[in-house]
Amino acid sequence: MINKANVVIVGGGISGVSIAYNLAKKGMKDIVVIEKKYLASGATGRCGAGVRAQWGTEMNCRIAHESIKFYEKANENLNYERDIDFKQGGYLILATTKKEKEQFEKNLKLQNRLGIPSKMISSEEAKKIVPYLNTEDVVVATYCPIDGHINPFKATDAYALAAEKLGVKIYKYTEVLDIVIEDGEIKKVVTDKGDIETDIIVNAAGGYAKQIAEMVGVDLPVFSERHQILVTEPVEEMLGPMVMSFSKNLYCQQTPEGSFIMGRSGENEPTDMRITSSWDFLDKMAKTITHTLPPISELTVIRQWAGLYNITPDRQPIYGETKDVKGFFLAVGFSGRGFMVAPMTGLLIAEQIMGEENSIDISSLSLERFEKGELVFEPSVV
Amino acid sequence: MDQKTLEEKTIICRCSDVTLKEVRDLIREGYTEPDEIKRILRTGMGPCQGRTCGPLILREVAIMTGRTIDEIVPFTYRPPSKGIKMGAIAKGGELNDK
Repeated sequence: MINKANVVIVGGGISGVSIAYNLAKKGMKDIVVIEKKYLASGATGRCGAGVRAQWGTEMNCRIAHESIKFYEKANENLNYERDIDFKQGGYLILATTKKEKEQFEKNLKLQNRLGIPSKMISSEEAKKIVPYLNTEDVVVATYCPIDGHINPFKATDAYALAAEKLGVKIYKYTEVLDIVIEDGEIKKVVTDKGDIETDIIVNAAGGYAKQIAEMVGVDLPVFSERHQILVTEPVEEMLGPMVMSFSKNLYCQQTPEGSFIMGRSGENEPTDMRITSSWDFLDKMAKTITHTLPPISELTVIRQWAGLYNITPDRQPIYGETKDVKGFFLAVGFSGRGFMVAPMTGLLIAEQIMGEENSIDISSLSLERFEKGELVFEPSVV
Repeated sequence: MDQKTLEEKTIICRCSDVTLKEVRDLIREGYTEPDEIKRILRTGMGPCQGRTCGPLILREVAIMTGRTIDEIVPFTYRPPSKGIKMGAIAKGGELNDK
């Protein structure tokens, strides 16, 4: 292990390797990524693998849209010999109330102004996209064809390999034990494999972001909540888009390899870092999804798993350098969508570290917003 | 049969159609943990959930990296212990509620 670096990134999920890649591409030397287990072993590899541009604030629309544009060309951009399996089958978002419909109308206006090709469709039109969709409680739906599915493991692998080609050192199975600061400045990272002197640390630790920040005395207003998912056996292609509904509390997508991945939010999910599976989730998921997409009744569920949403008070990420500790950058609190915005997370944090102007203004996402009470409201979160 | 043909013709994972050659190539590239191999090749992600390929991959990793099997972390086992139709779960819950 090297003992000196310009930047140490804590966390080998998609955000960490994307930041490393973007920094290296900008010419930064001696970049290290430290990952406790294997790459994408945390929230990235446990996520629902969906990417969407359909958001409700300009900043989120732009971050997500630009990320999708990168992912569209990621195999070429990153010279990836495997395939990140981007299936752009769209997201079909169902509204079940008049209030939800009104919110979607506002969202669409904003999205279309920003060049996102989303549109409002009737339940009859939704049935043309998914013929067996149960539309009895659907008021209206929105559909955006550029949204879809990406393989989170391979996307992380693609970034990691590209970063390594540019000289980034990735230490897997290495745990950060402590961070030493002097006079409010970063000095070194202590790991179970040795110490690394550095001035700059990026906290991209996902579910463990709070614990890493505690090492430098920064109290993050985040908590990690378990979210569960299940997957079925693979079958022939029968579902193009991700079907999702905020009010029905579900999302479901068929992956390119044929299996169905689906999830929902639980009412009393633990926040003690547990990622076990519960019967309650399986039961409620089965009931919800077979009502909305009846043919799924015939599919066999083969696995449940879970991961952590690192959640902030306004369910927006925290980006940027902390005021109290110089050189301590945050890319945390993604509240369930770190994967889909990772290309822009990487670019934006790299720009900040290099002292460049951000290509999208993310100053409203600093840690200080919570002290000032300037929370960012995003209507389209699950 | 020579070694190369043997590697190419031996199926390690029947669910995802993965050969011994693909597994060995990946270990040589540095993906030396069963969980890492699983995430690239889908070994263990199919209907049998690694019941066939799991022990085979453990053995390959052990041989190629010079470790003993007890030093290697195997796949994580998760519910359900056997595949079950979503409809059966949805219905079963309703009956139990009554």
